Amino acid sequence: MSRPFAFLGCRLLDPASGLDTTGGLLVRDGRIADLGPHLRADGLGPDIECIDADGLCLAPGLVDMRVRLGEPGSEHKERIDSAVAAAAAGGVTSLAALPDSRPPLDDPAMLEFVARRARKLKSVKVHPCACLTRGGEGRQLAEMGLLREAGAVAFTDGGRAVADARVMLRALAYATTFDLLVVQHPEEPALAAGGAMNEGAVATRLGLPGIPPCAEVILIERDLRLVEATGARYHLGCVSTAAAVEVVRAAKARGLPVSCGVTPHHLLLTEAEVEGYRTYAKVSPPLRTEEDREALIAGLADGTIEVVASDHTPQDQDSKRVPFAQAAFGVVGLETLLAAGLELWHDGRIGLLELLGAMTVRPAALLGIEGGRLALGAAADLLLFDPVARWTVTETGLRSLSKNTAFEGREFRGRAVRTLVDGRTVFAREDAAT
Amino acid sequence: MATISAPHRHLLGIASLATEEIEALLETADGFVDLNRRSDKKLALLRGLTQINLFFESSTRTRTSFELAGKRLGADVVNMSVGASAIKKGETLIDTAMTLNAMHPDVLVVRHHDSGAVALLARHVRCAVINAGDGTHEHPTQALLDALTIRRRRGRIAGLTVAICGDIAHSRVARSNILLLTRLGARVRLVAPPTLLPPGMGPQYGVELFHDMRAGLEGADIVMMLRLQSERMQGSFVPSLREYFRFFGLTWEKLASARPDALIMHPGPMNRGVEIDGVVADDIDRSAILDQVEMGVAVRMACLDHLTRHLREAA
Repeated sequence: MSRPFAFLGCRLLDPASGLDTTGGLLVRDGRIADLGPHLRADGLGPDIECIDADGLCLAPGLVDMRVRLGEPGSEHKERIDSAVAAAAAGGVTSLAALPDSRPPLDDPAMLEFVARRARKLKSVKVHPCACLTRGGEGRQLAEMGLLREAGAVAFTDGGRAVADARVMLRALAYATTFDLLVVQHPEEPALAAGGAMNEGAVATRLGLPGIPPCAEVILIERDLRLVEATGARYHLGCVSTAAAVEVVRAAKARGLPVSCGVTPHHLLLTEAEVEGYRTYAKVSPPLRTEEDREALIAGLADGTIEVVASDHTPQDQDSKRVPFAQAAFGVVGLETLLAAGLELWHDGRIGLLELLGAMTVRPAALLGIEGGRLALGAAADLLLFDPVARWTVTETGLRSLSKNTAFEGREFRGRAVRTLVDGRTVFAREDAAT
Repeated sequence: MATISAPHRHLLGIASLATEEIEALLETADGFVDLNRRSDKKLALLRGLTQINLFFESSTRTRTSFELAGKRLGADVVNMSVGASAIKKGETLIDTAMTLNAMHPDVLVVRHHDSGAVALLARHVRCAVINAGDGTHEHPTQALLDALTIRRRRGRIAGLTVAICGDIAHSRVARSNILLLTRLGARVRLVAPPTLLPPGMGPQYGVELFHDMRAGLEGADIVMMLRLQSERMQGSFVPSLREYFRFFGLTWEKLASARPDALIMHPGPMNRGVEIDGVVADDIDRSAILDQVEMGVAVRMACLDHLTRHLREAA
């Protein structure tokens, strides 16, 4: 094994335990061997490599619950290796891959194929999600039991909602057999059909077909009744409206096994981004109003929303340099997840531990995977970041094969300096001191 | 000896039988088992009586079993199946009852695809009616033959742990067995994915629910498998045949958590490699599946005997 090493003098942040202190962290054989304020260079043996991390924050590596890898089927937009490189550069050490590829991941062999391809890279840990219904078509149940045995961490039709209430009821009921996590894309398909952006005054002025906000809350309210009937573990991949936050908050108060995610772009941007027909602001669910954005931030701060995930959706130029209504949905987000989240902290909207919790331990717990915490004996999946370094998002700076970021040209404060998976450095920023 | 009393001119379900009536039917059936093993199997108890087997839903083994039962007791047995009758031409169930009345049968054995249809017919005919399975409601003679099989192999029913596994939601066999076995003091467990459990099934029926075969079979004396119909394997209730077999098919591996002498039962016809591994089904020491078929004839003879006693007493 490689030589043990320790990060010293950094701000240790562990959302799971509430730890927020200056100290050190020792990695031995890929695991966290010691951590805390007591770790100093003079107390460590000569065999240990000491890394001065003064002024930096050390947190668990991020866990991104929503990533499209591009493989199989869209290798011209993203490949597993490019997605993993982007993840590492963004401080992500574990990611859940969405199954809405071509072909979709609805078969144990296909799932194992993706997992094996990712494992060979010996980098960021890739946990595939599997389809909830066969082919992601919303008609027949997928082989959830066999897919779970093949390693599926959650079950979802990705960017498609299960439209048929009876299919959804049976899928939820069947999922309880194995206590599986069902992830829904909350958008009533009939109401959203043909829509390109948030329905409202802006869409009307631009002459674009709208996706009404009620499309989201209607599907959520339906599903919550089904969750109540079945007891299944249910997660909303990403919500976009104030109404959704309110409904989820009430459902949690009633004790339903419901959890909820949001993306950085919904937390920072509104439908105003669409002005000028900017297709890089075309996402699903669509960017909403300032009022909705405020409600999402409030929901994140009070724990109604427990996960921030990138919903990383690579699209090539041919998919975006077209009239708005024809453009594909989605933005890349792995490399801006941390920085975009830190904006809320810099603005005093959320505590640093709360923010990191939504990107580490809470998604890990929902997915039932290891990681997301700084604990003795845990895998050394670590994120060392500079919380204040200023940088500007540029297309050329992105490692993703696709450059469809919603944040191009935006200056952020804070970024990953070094990313470690099982104690191995999978990313180190060259211009950084450490 | 007790027999099915006057208000029960019909045998429509286990729910309408008193415990003493169940016991009496099992006693009588037990006696017929020996008769059926002789070379001369013929009795004259039902001589002169007419039995019509009226099957609105196709069946081979149940219809044959009832036919043999009637013939061994000396009845004249006629089979009517829906394909060959006027029902397909739009005749209503009550029209059928009136037509049958005019033929003066003494016993009607009826299977129908709609729950409650046999009871509806029974209200409009002037003879005894035996329910040979109505929709997803009841199949009382199957439950009785299962009880007789268990009693003969284990000597008792009270105190035994019976695991009923598979498609409970669509099974009239399961419903009749749950009613009968709990009545006779067995501990009944239901093992199935939630999509194959009927809503509202649980402690109010005196049963325990399991979604995991190993847990549900733990310490079981009897493992009763149910047939999963092919149209339910294609993704609407369970994802696929191979997934169903992997998690809910009876294999030696899963059976290992039951008692070492646990008895395997199946109402037939079996889907080998779906709900049961063929090797398990064929083990003569553990499988009671062929016993069930044998007990079926005896139990149906007992039902015919009891339901026609008032006719013989009157004569």
